[in-house]
Amino acid sequence: MAIWFARSRNLISSLRHNLCLSSTILVKRDYSQRPVFTTSQLSSTVFLSPYVASLRHESTAAEKQLDLVQHSDDQEDALQELDFPGGNVGYTSEMKFIPESSARRIPCYRVLDEDGRIIPDSDFIPVSEKLAVRMYEQMATLQVMDHIFYEAQRQGRISFYITSLGEEAINIASAAALSPEDVVLPQYREPGVLLWRGFTLEEFANQCFGNKADYGKGRQMPIHYGSNRHNYFTISSPIATQLPQAAGVGYSLKMEKKNACAVTFIGDGGTSEGDFHAGLNFAAVLEAPVVFICRNNGWAISTHTSEQFRSDGIVVKGQAYGIRSIRVDGNDALAVYSAVRSAREMAVTEQRPVLIEAMTYRVGHHSTSDDSTKYRAADEIQHWKMSRNPVNRFKKWVEDNGWWSEEDESELRSNTRKQLLQAIQAAEKCDKQPLKELFNDVYDVKPKNLEEQELGLKELVERQPQDYPPGFHV
Amino acid sequence: MAALLGRSCRKLGFLSSGHGARRTVSTETGKSLNLYAAINQALHIALDSDPRSYVFGEDVGFGGVFRCTTGLAERFGKNRVFNTPLCEQGIVGFGIGLAAMGNRAIVEIQFADYIYPAFDQIVNEAAKFRYRSGNQFNCGGLTIRAPYGAVGHGGHYHSQSPEAFFCHVPGIKVVIPRSPREAKGLLLSCIRDPNPVVFFEPKWLYRQAVEEVPEHDYTIPLSEAEVIREGNDITLVGWGAQLTIMEQACLEAEKEGISCELIDLKTLLPWDKETVEASVKKTGRLLISHEAPITGGFGAEISATILERCFLKLEAPVSRVCGLDTPFPLVFEPFYMPTKNKILDAIKTTVNY
Repeated sequence: MAIWFARSRNLISSLRHNLCLSSTILVKRDYSQRPVFTTSQLSSTVFLSPYVASLRHESTAAEKQLDLVQHSDDQEDALQELDFPGGNVGYTSEMKFIPESSARRIPCYRVLDEDGRIIPDSDFIPVSEKLAVRMYEQMATLQVMDHIFYEAQRQGRISFYITSLGEEAINIASAAALSPEDVVLPQYREPGVLLWRGFTLEEFANQCFGNKADYGKGRQMPIHYGSNRHNYFTISSPIATQLPQAAGVGYSLKMEKKNACAVTFIGDGGTSEGDFHAGLNFAAVLEAPVVFICRNNGWAISTHTSEQFRSDGIVVKGQAYGIRSIRVDGNDALAVYSAVRSAREMAVTEQRPVLIEAMTYRVGHHSTSDDSTKYRAADEIQHWKMSRNPVNRFKKWVEDNGWWSEEDESELRSNTRKQLLQAIQAAEKCDKQPLKELFNDVYDVKPKNLEEQELGLKELVERQPQDYPPGFHV
Repeated sequence: MAALLGRSCRKLGFLSSGHGARRTVSTETGKSLNLYAAINQALHIALDSDPRSYVFGEDVGFGGVFRCTTGLAERFGKNRVFNTPLCEQGIVGFGIGLAAMGNRAIVEIQFADYIYPAFDQIVNEAAKFRYRSGNQFNCGGLTIRAPYGAVGHGGHYHSQSPEAFFCHVPGIKVVIPRSPREAKGLLLSCIRDPNPVVFFEPKWLYRQAVEEVPEHDYTIPLSEAEVIREGNDITLVGWGAQLTIMEQACLEAEKEGISCELIDLKTLLPWDKETVEASVKKTGRLLISHEAPITGGFGAEISATILERCFLKLEAPVSRVCGLDTPFPLVFEPFYMPTKNKILDAIKTTVNY
């Protein structure tokens, strides 16, 4: 029926007379139906600054930027709409395909230039000296922690490690922008968020050694941290599974009327998983307050983003789900801070998901099981490590403000290094988990089959201790 | 043909607990309900008794394609009872998130045949959520309901019995009710059990099975099998809709002087080995029957365990009467299914071994 009407205006006019058609079919285009990305009035809270207000209006400008459909409306077409189950749509007689990509890529929001100077007329949320220094210290601590744990793996002291080198700004600045009640569902390259929230170097070391003090009770590989005290869900290796879970977490927070949201991380590779689609779609449809942060670091192990997707990165996928999105320079701590802070406010006050694509580069190998020089140029890695280093960039800004000195720097680095070496030594010496922890927590209460298996294993270990590693007390 | 007749006679008078059997459910009478109405009642009670419980999945809002969720959205509101997008991995993932925050997430997968996209979330996430976190987190509030099993005309994708896949996953529970009264009590137990549970509902019985179901809030314990018919010559073990067929076989076997003991396993993971073991030590013979294909089916686990525990007491090999090793066929369904006569044949072979 719709095609028949589209043929000619004269036909439509005569039909209108003859068939007494409902006027809803030939109504003037109603713009109230179009999705408009304005924010509602945010409840006034002390820490929101005028800068946030200006950022809010920027989101509607984004809508216009993302408008891929080029209407070649003539006056007459603009008056005609069709109603379908999804709502009214205007129609056009011009057959025009939406291009596979925009003429221009979505620009990247940044505040600091490569020399650590604020770009004039930037929108950003100001950061106090205290906050800035803390952020810098944590970024540097994360760097030192990564280097030392990586070395510990090389020396055979821990079995595995994943660094976050190059992504310190995303880790720390995003964490700084959240409230402690926001529930974090990480992928695995976000230990900085846990560090920010107060997880100690000793606690990190304990998990890596899987010793008696590990909250995870030695059950998972190193770096699979989790802490309910810090609202940081335990990491699992499967990629993107946390995304639909984050939608459920956000929904729960909404139902309980908490001033909190779910925040979940994913890499560029993870966005190819079905769970990415599931997570974003559910969060949008069910109106869950979730901030999705995608660390687009260019590589999924050896797979470059050119082999991962053909879209303009991840940010353009947000609109496909009806999700407000922004692309940010992930190596700019101030930009990440402002973007995450704003996104978090939108998520909580408007009870909707928000997508942030943080552009960055994975300076380290994928993990200690990887040698990335096998699939990418060594000078590419060097370039990002030296000239595009987020820690140095932020350091320059903090130093330029007179808030940080070289003495502070060497003191922080040597103290952190010392503390880490001590933590590793202590963790290594610490008792192992007792053997009973192999059988606990499979269910809330141990079922009969596990009771039997535990008895059987105890007897076996006592009879043939040489088959088993020492130190696991029965 | 006999199989079809057998199916059409599947009224639940046959399946009420037989003489002398252990009673695990109150004998208090209630209204006559079919399976979907009993499940509906359980869901009403669950949502009423815990304000932090939710029911969601595809099409549950209007009552669901099998009417199990009728009236819930109207009574408890669209914030607690709602449709989701068509995405099983999203449904289960979202449910895990809700459950991890301390809520009860009662999730519906429209047909067990479509549960596979959620397999990663169930196996890698839900089942390991508590263990991997050192008990800092858990998603025990998650219950996944799915209609399973033959329905007469379902073919490949509306008839599957996928329970075996899930019985291989430490960390979840797998429960299958045989009747309306059982379903209500078991479902309430599953919802309240602090572990993620997969609850398979025999869709054939949604309308066909009618039974008196007590109206009050009651639970039936998990991991407790029930001897629903006592006997001395052979033990039969099954679950769900298959028990009706097995009971018919038992009745016919009795006419030929064979006394059959019939056990409803109810919970497949973790399963009640002790009850089956005690029975087989008494009878010396075991027959297991399930609709799922025989190879790798859950009957193999029961057989291996009982062999280990009762070897010297066994008078005959353990018999399995199951579906064929084919995708579930449409026109060939009567040939594929483990029918009453196939079971009767196997009973006689086992007894005469």
